[in-house]
Amino acid sequence: MTNVAPAPLLQVEGLTKTFGGVLALDALALSAGSGEVVGLIGPNGSGKTTFFNVTTGIYKPDAGSIVFKGKNLAGASPQTIHRAGISRTFQRSRLSLPLSIFDNIMIGAHTRRFNGLVFNLVCRGAFKHEYERMVEAARALLKVFEPELTDRLFEPVMGLPMIDRRRIEICRALISEPSLLFLDEPSAGMTHEETHALMDNILRVRAVHSSLAIVIVEHQMGVIERITDRCAVLNFGRKIAEGTYREVAGNAEVQEAYLGAEL
Amino acid sequence: MAREQGKRASILPGAAVLAVVTAYVIAILGADKQNTILILFGAGAAVVVLAGLFGLLKPIGRSFAAHETAFNWLAILAMLLIAGVFREEHFVLLLLVTLMLYAVAALGLTIQFGYAGVVNFAGASFFGIGAYTSAVLTVHTALPHLAIIFLGGVTAALAGAILLPPILRTSGHYAAVVTIAFALLFRSFIEVNDVLGGPQGLHLPGMQVFGWSFNDNITVGRWDISFYMSYFLLSLALLIFAFGLVQRLERSWIGLNFDALRLDETAASCFGIGVARWKAVAFLLGNMLIGFAGAVSGMVAGFVAPSNYTFADSLILVSILLLGGIGNAWGAIVATAFVVIVPEKLQTIQEYRFLLYAVMVILVLLFQPEGLLPRPVRRYFQS
Ligand SMILES: Nc1ncnc2c1ncn2[C@@H]1O[C@H](COP(=O)(O)OP(=O)(O)OP(=O)(O)O)[C@@H](O)[C@H]1O
Ligand SMILES: [Mg+2]
Repeated sequence: MTNVAPAPLLQVEGLTKTFGGVLALDALALSAGSGEVVGLIGPNGSGKTTFFNVTTGIYKPDAGSIVFKGKNLAGASPQTIHRAGISRTFQRSRLSLPLSIFDNIMIGAHTRRFNGLVFNLVCRGAFKHEYERMVEAARALLKVFEPELTDRLFEPVMGLPMIDRRRIEICRALISEPSLLFLDEPSAGMTHEETHALMDNILRVRAVHSSLAIVIVEHQMGVIERITDRCAVLNFGRKIAEGTYREVAGNAEVQEAYLGAEL
Repeated sequence: MAREQGKRASILPGAAVLAVVTAYVIAILGADKQNTILILFGAGAAVVVLAGLFGLLKPIGRSFAAHETAFNWLAILAMLLIAGVFREEHFVLLLLVTLMLYAVAALGLTIQFGYAGVVNFAGASFFGIGAYTSAVLTVHTALPHLAIIFLGGVTAALAGAILLPPILRTSGHYAAVVTIAFALLFRSFIEVNDVLGGPQGLHLPGMQVFGWSFNDNITVGRWDISFYMSYFLLSLALLIFAFGLVQRLERSWIGLNFDALRLDETAASCFGIGVARWKAVAFLLGNMLIGFAGAVSGMVAGFVAPSNYTFADSLILVSILLLGGIGNAWGAIVATAFVVIVPEKLQTIQEYRFLLYAVMVILVLLFQPEGLLPRPVRRYFQS
């Protein structure tokens, strides 16, 4: 078989997941190409988060394939999937609250740090060297999102407002320099202005790594319209429409799914 | 970083406190009238509470933190000074040895429970495994005694490895139950095992290092020094090693991996952190430290018996962490000092010591839920 078009970065097909009697994902197909921003929308409970959880290995799919960079990752462990280059944020913030900003970002840098026992415990000089590089990397990334936080790298996350926690979560997901980023309602609880600023920052990071692909779940349709190249709409775990935001928003079935919710 | 630069906390408050504490410990250890001891304990508690009320603890803490290396050395010096004062007193030196060995075990538990969140209710069993290993090897082999101590730690770690599959497959309360089952099994196993001496246990000869017999009293010039001084120095060296290991672990990526999986296993996995791998590392390292301490304790006591390594002792180890502040190495040491010294000096209370521990833990959890010395945010290097 000779492929003319290059295979997309992520190609999901027939992805199915049930929880007890609930069909959370119903033979879902979705793809994301290098550098593309894909919006994933749909009413509450339509399976958006479940898609992320299955694709990142938290849950095993009942059926279907998740081909990423040419390898099928369906059923692989979250660690393997992350190492392949997929990173994410969580719908409900999952930072480690007692730890510092720096530590939280460094959790995301696991694949970039050296974790050998001897290196960490005995070779403190070499460790310090790497540590200093990591502090610089964390600062540089944080600076894009909130320059003020770069002075507070060693303060616990606990005392920070929600918006800063969201930013730190995104930094934690980006510090590994992934090829694919999943954002699960990154702007939950933010005002319109804050959301726009956050999105601009994410796009600024992408401008540096132009191959970074993003799949974003978002309820604020203005955001979806502005930043996505393509949208997929889910309802009861099924994809009911796909296309540019304008195409999708005009779709009758989509409007019915949202029933009253304005698009 | 730029924020609080300039003013580095002075070394004086910390140094003064360390001097007072050293004098206080000497007074407590030297007192033998029950009334004196009661008054000393009361005064100590009152001073700490008052200092807390007047907000003096914060600046003292800052002073300690700002001159960490200096205070580590001063603390060693203080221990040596205390031992010097009581150089002829078998009982006091033995008490200090017990304290330090328990502190090493508590540090092992800190790696497991404090950092990686792996509960271990079989701490005393692993201590016992170290002790029994040293007993069997000193009696039946001609291995050098320092090597035997090392093997005590290795054996404890290997025995713990048996528990890894069930611990890694379960989590939370279930993993706790696995360790409880192990503690009970261990006790029954050594009680019915004739090779290990059954309920009577085993006797072992005193320690020898490079031809030096630890069980001989020492005479230096006109000083007669208790033979326990050798064990004191050995235990102090072990404690310093354990403390250094725990502190370096905490201030490294490994400590961060431990924290990440303790606080949120799912999130940690999503960033590639191998949950099972790091839990295993924490459990093995922790049990190794506990085993080292157990091996030395067997040699110090000269005998090992099942009744010394009970489930109740394991609970005491866990309560030491709760008292001291989970994950704080200094907290573990201070809390161990409490738990070892108080019932030993207050004879009236000795029979009620479990009641005393229970009350202490409840009070601390009520009024200071993070323990006496809450764990500070990680700094990888001293500023
Ligand atoms: N761990 C789980 N156990 C049982 N049911 C689950 C689980 N996770 C999701 N579900 C169910 O799967 C369906 C899809 O949920 P999911 O969280 O993926 O929706 P969503 O599109 O992210 O919704 P929202 O917009 O509210 O975040 C829902 O019916 C939900 O109740
Ligand atoms: Mg969701």
